[in-house]
Amino acid sequence: MHRLKAALQGLFCALLVLIAQPVLADWAVNMPRGVTQISNEVYELHMIIFWICVVIGVGVFGVMFASIYLHRKSRGVKPATFHESHTVEIIWTIIPFFILIAMAIPAAKMLIKMEDTRNADMTVKITGYQWMWGYEYVDQGVSLYSRLDNESNTVRQVKSGLDPKSVPNYLLNVDNQLVLPVGKKIRFLITANDVIHAWWVPDLAVKKDAIPGFVNEVWTKIDKEGIYRGQCAELCGKDHGFMPIVVKAVSEAEFKLWIEQQKNPTQIANASAPTSTVALNAATPQ
Amino acid sequence: MSTAAAHDHHDHHQPRGLVRWLTTTNHKDIGSLYLWFSLIMFFIGGIMALIIRAELFQPGMQMVNPQFFNSMTTMHALVMIFGGVMPAFVGLANWMIPMMIGAPDMALPRMNNWSFWILPFAFAMLLSTLFMDGGAPAGGWTLYPPLVLQTGDALPFAIFSVHLMGISSIMGAINVIATILNMRAPGLTLMRMPLFVWTWLITAYLLIAVMPVLAGAVTMLLTDKFFGTSFFSAAGGGDPVLFQHIFWFFGHPEVYILILPAFGIVSQILPTFARKPLFGYASMVYATASIAFLSFIVWAHHMFTVGMPLAGELFFMFATMLIAIPTGVKVFNWVATIWQGSMTFETPMLFSLGFVVLFTIGGFSGLMLAITPVDFQYHDTYFVVAHFHYVLVPGAVFAIMAAVYYWLPKWTGHMYNETLGKTHFWLSVIGMNITFFPMHFVGLAGMPRRIPDYAVQFADFNQVASIGAFLFGFSQLLLVWIVIKCVRGGPKATDRVWEGAKGLEWSVPSPAPYHTFETAPSQKVIEAETHG
Repeated sequence: MHRLKAALQGLFCALLVLIAQPVLADWAVNMPRGVTQISNEVYELHMIIFWICVVIGVGVFGVMFASIYLHRKSRGVKPATFHESHTVEIIWTIIPFFILIAMAIPAAKMLIKMEDTRNADMTVKITGYQWMWGYEYVDQGVSLYSRLDNESNTVRQVKSGLDPKSVPNYLLNVDNQLVLPVGKKIRFLITANDVIHAWWVPDLAVKKDAIPGFVNEVWTKIDKEGIYRGQCAELCGKDHGFMPIVVKAVSEAEFKLWIEQQKNPTQIANASAPTSTVALNAATPQ
Repeated sequence: MSTAAAHDHHDHHQPRGLVRWLTTTNHKDIGSLYLWFSLIMFFIGGIMALIIRAELFQPGMQMVNPQFFNSMTTMHALVMIFGGVMPAFVGLANWMIPMMIGAPDMALPRMNNWSFWILPFAFAMLLSTLFMDGGAPAGGWTLYPPLVLQTGDALPFAIFSVHLMGISSIMGAINVIATILNMRAPGLTLMRMPLFVWTWLITAYLLIAVMPVLAGAVTMLLTDKFFGTSFFSAAGGGDPVLFQHIFWFFGHPEVYILILPAFGIVSQILPTFARKPLFGYASMVYATASIAFLSFIVWAHHMFTVGMPLAGELFFMFATMLIAIPTGVKVFNWVATIWQGSMTFETPMLFSLGFVVLFTIGGFSGLMLAITPVDFQYHDTYFVVAHFHYVLVPGAVFAIMAAVYYWLPKWTGHMYNETLGKTHFWLSVIGMNITFFPMHFVGLAGMPRRIPDYAVQFADFNQVASIGAFLFGFSQLLLVWIVIKCVRGGPKATDRVWEGAKGLEWSVPSPAPYHTFETAPSQKVIEAETHG
C-alpha cells in the first residue's frame, strides 16, 4: 500500500508541474459579466445558483466524508441497523422543493424580460451561412457580410505551421464588424440560409439559433462602447469553428456617421481617405 | 440448487469453441459477450476521444482536418453510448438479473442470442463509414438536419446501424421485462427485488418507449434524403425543429437509460461495504420511477435556444428543475446508507463512492443548465460537455467498473488483484477530473463545443484537459489486465465474496454454476438474502 501511495503522490506532483507550466497565460474560469443589463442579471443569477449548489455540495459531501472518516471498519465501528425514516425522507424532499421555487421565481422573471422584443429602436436581420454571417440593417437599408479575417484563416489551415499566438484575436476576428449603437434597444431577427447556426455573443448574453425557414427574435441594449466577440454555437459543418462574430458598439453619432458611409461609399471615399470600407456592400456569399 | 455435477452434465452437449459463443443461449455466456463487446467499444470510442484531445492539445490545426474532427466527435458519442455504456448494462443485466431473482436463465434465451449478435454487425457497419466517400457522419450524434443530410455515402449506413442497435436494445429490454415479471422465485415480491433489478425494469420500459421514436426520426431523415419527402425541410413545408423535438423525446429518456442501472448498481454496492442495509429502499424505487416519468416531459431543455414560445421555455425549465428532487432523494439515501456503517474500501466501494461524489457534481451543473435564461449562456459550450461527461464517466462508466469488480469473483471464481484495482480507481478518478473539470471553465469563458480549433485564451485549460484524457485513457489498460488476470486464475473466491453482501447471487458457489437456479431458492433463503 505504501508503494502505491508513493507512486500516486509522485504522479500527482508530476501533473502539478505540467499544469503549472503555462501559468502566465489566461486562466479565465467564469462567465463574463458582460455589457448589458440582461447580461449582468444573467451573471448574477448564475452566481446565485452556483453558490446554492456549492452550499448544498459542501453539506452533502461534508456528511459523506465525515462518515467515510468516522464510520470505518478499521476503527472498529459496529454498523447501525436503521434503514428508513419517513420524517427525514419527507424533510429532504420538501426542503429542496422550496429551494427550487426560490430559484425558479427570479429565473422566470428574467426569462419573461429577455423574451420581450417589443418597442425596439432598430432592427438588424442576421443570416447564418456556411460559413459566415450576413447582417442587414433593416431600417437603414444597409447590409454586409462578415467572415473570419484573413490572418486567422491563413494560420488555422491544417498544418500551416504558423503560430496562432502571433495573431491578435486568433479566430475571433472578422473582416467586417457588426456596428451597433449603445443605449438603443436593438431587435435581432435571426435566420439561416443552409443549415442551423447559432448567433452568440457572451458579453451581450444573447444566443439564438439561426434556422433555415424560420425567423427568431431576440434583443439587446448595449451599455458600453467597445468590441465584443462571439462565435457560432451550433455545429454547422466543417468550418463551424471558424465563423466568429464581432460586435463594435459605438455612440449614436458615430453609428449614424458609419451608416452614412455605408450608404454612400463612393462619396465618402472621394471626400476623405480613398481606401475606407468601400468594398463592404460588394461582398457576396459564395 | 445446482452442483458441480449438474454443471458438467450441462456442458456435455454444449458445442465448444467459436460455435459455442455463436449459438449460446445461456445468460452468463451472453452477459460475457456483451461485456467484452462493450469493453472493445470503450477502447474504440476512447481512441476517438484521444484523437479529439490530441488535436485540441494546442491552438492551431495540427493533425486532422475539420471534417474528420467532426466525424470523431460524432462517432465517439455514438460508439460510447450505443456500443459502450448500453451493452455493458445489458451484459450486467444478463449476468445478474437471473441470479438475483432466483431464475435459471433469461425468459427468452434464443432472442437473447440474437439481440447480442446484431450488435457486432451494427457497429461493423457504423465503423465502416469511416472509410466511405465523404467520410463518417460528421453532423453530431444528435444528427440534426439539415446538416446531417449533407453527409456523403455514410448516411444510409449510419441510419441502418442505428436501426439495428435500436432493434437489439428493444429485444434486450423485452427480455429483461419478461424475465423480471415472470421468472422471479416464488415469494420474491416486487418490493423485495434488489434495486439493480428494479432500476433495470424501469430502464427497460424507457427503452421500449423511446427506441422506436429514434427509429422513426432517422427513418424520416432517410426519406428526406432519398425519397423526396420534406419532413424537416422548411423549403418543402417541413420543420427542422421538428426533428429536434422528436430526437430529444428519445434523447432525454436515453440519458436516463444510461444512468438508472448505474443507480441500481451503486445501491447494491454501498450497503455491502457499509455493512448496513440500503437506506430508504421504497423511496429509492419511487424516486427511480419519478425520474423515469419526468424524463419524458423535459426533452426541450436541450433546445432552449431554438426559439420556443415563452410558455414552452417556462414549462420545460420548471419540469427540468423538478428532476433535482428525486435525484436529490437518491443521493441523500446513499449518504444515509453509509452513515454509521462499518465501511471498508475495496475497489467496487471506491468506484461507488467516486460515483456518488462526482455524479452529484454533474447533477449540480445539470441544475444550473436547467435555468433557462442562464442556459442561453451555457448552451452548446464546453460547460455542457463538462456536465454530461461528469454524469456519464463517473456516473455510468464508474458504476459499470464498480459492478465488474464487485461481481468478477462471482463470475470467475477468482479474486482480482485488489492493489491493482485500487490503482486503477485512483488513476481513473484523477485522470477523469483533470480532463473534465477544466471544461467547466473554458465553457463559461466562452468556448463553444464541437470546434476543432480555438482562440488562444482557451489554450491552457485545453492542454490540461488533454493531459488528463491521455492519463484516463491509458489507465483503462490496467482494467483489461486485471480482468484477464482474474479470468485466468487467482486466489479462490468464497461463495459470499464480500463480508456484508446480501442477495441471492451470493447464496450460490463462485463461480456460479452454468445454470444457477434449476430449482428456485427456498423461502428461507429469499428472506435471508433480501431486505426487510
